[in-house]
Amino acid sequence: MNLSFFDQFMSPQLLGIPLIMLAMMFPTLLLPFPTTRWITNRLSTLQLWFIHLTTKQLMLPLNKGGHKWALILTSLMMLLLMINLLGLLPYTFTPTTQLSMNMALAFPLWLATLLTGLRNQPTTSLGHLLPEGTPTPLIPALILIETTSLLIRPLALGVRLTANLTAGHLLIQLISTATITLLPILPTVSILTSLILLLLTILEIAVAMIQAYVFVLLLSLYLQENI
Amino acid sequence: MKLMDVKLGQLPTWLAMRDFTPGGILGALRRGYDRYYNKYINVKKGGLGGISMVLAGYVVVSYIWSYSHLKHDRHRKYH
Repeated sequence: MNLSFFDQFMSPQLLGIPLIMLAMMFPTLLLPFPTTRWITNRLSTLQLWFIHLTTKQLMLPLNKGGHKWALILTSLMMLLLMINLLGLLPYTFTPTTQLSMNMALAFPLWLATLLTGLRNQPTTSLGHLLPEGTPTPLIPALILIETTSLLIRPLALGVRLTANLTAGHLLIQLISTATITLLPILPTVSILTSLILLLLTILEIAVAMIQAYVFVLLLSLYLQENI
Repeated sequence: MKLMDVKLGQLPTWLAMRDFTPGGILGALRRGYDRYYNKYINVKKGGLGGISMVLAGYVVVSYIWSYSHLKHDRHRKYH
């Protein structure tokens, strides 16, 4: 029983030096720092347009206090997006397939939203634990359910990202193995499998972008309740 | 003096003259980045080639990093 399918998720090392930091810093090379010029190059224009689009969308439902979070949410979004998309290239390593990294991103940010809410407006934050209009006998059960749902949010955020990306990468590897193995035996089936591979790759590109967006969107939602 | 102007016999001398402190290495990386950026990306009609070269280089570097793992798969019968 060989487990070579999971080798792609092992942290890359060169002579014992962990290179995950370089894998995480690589997106910075692809995103040039905006200059003070009015008309820059095509890459900077595209980047600026995209960041404006997503930041406006994210910041619309938040009040003035929430706008302080614009920088961290936008940079988190760009980081996750770039890391996910770069992971789709052959032989690359995707840091977001590691649960440790996603939990490290999700847990502190969720905790920050929770503590902000509990500190500045404790009544309103605790009030979110009981939806409006619930029948009176249900109140104790509902409080317990809502508390559990609140406490499970960081776990859900981290595991959602990890599971989606890991599953996608594994599927790509399995189906491509099937395609290559079938090529000498049944070429027609192999072509069908390669079609599935093409569709799967398109799905993976979409998933990479959506997962980054969902992560940040949910964080902004948690922020909305608490700020 | 630039590397292209150094004669082959003067190579060790030239290497000794270089600045290998962390600040020097950072400066060299910054200069290399600026040269690439201004030649291929910071132009009026930059195309796909600018970032494609960087991504292709990244794929090659990732292959080299994971080669010690991949070489076991070459002669394996069942993957």
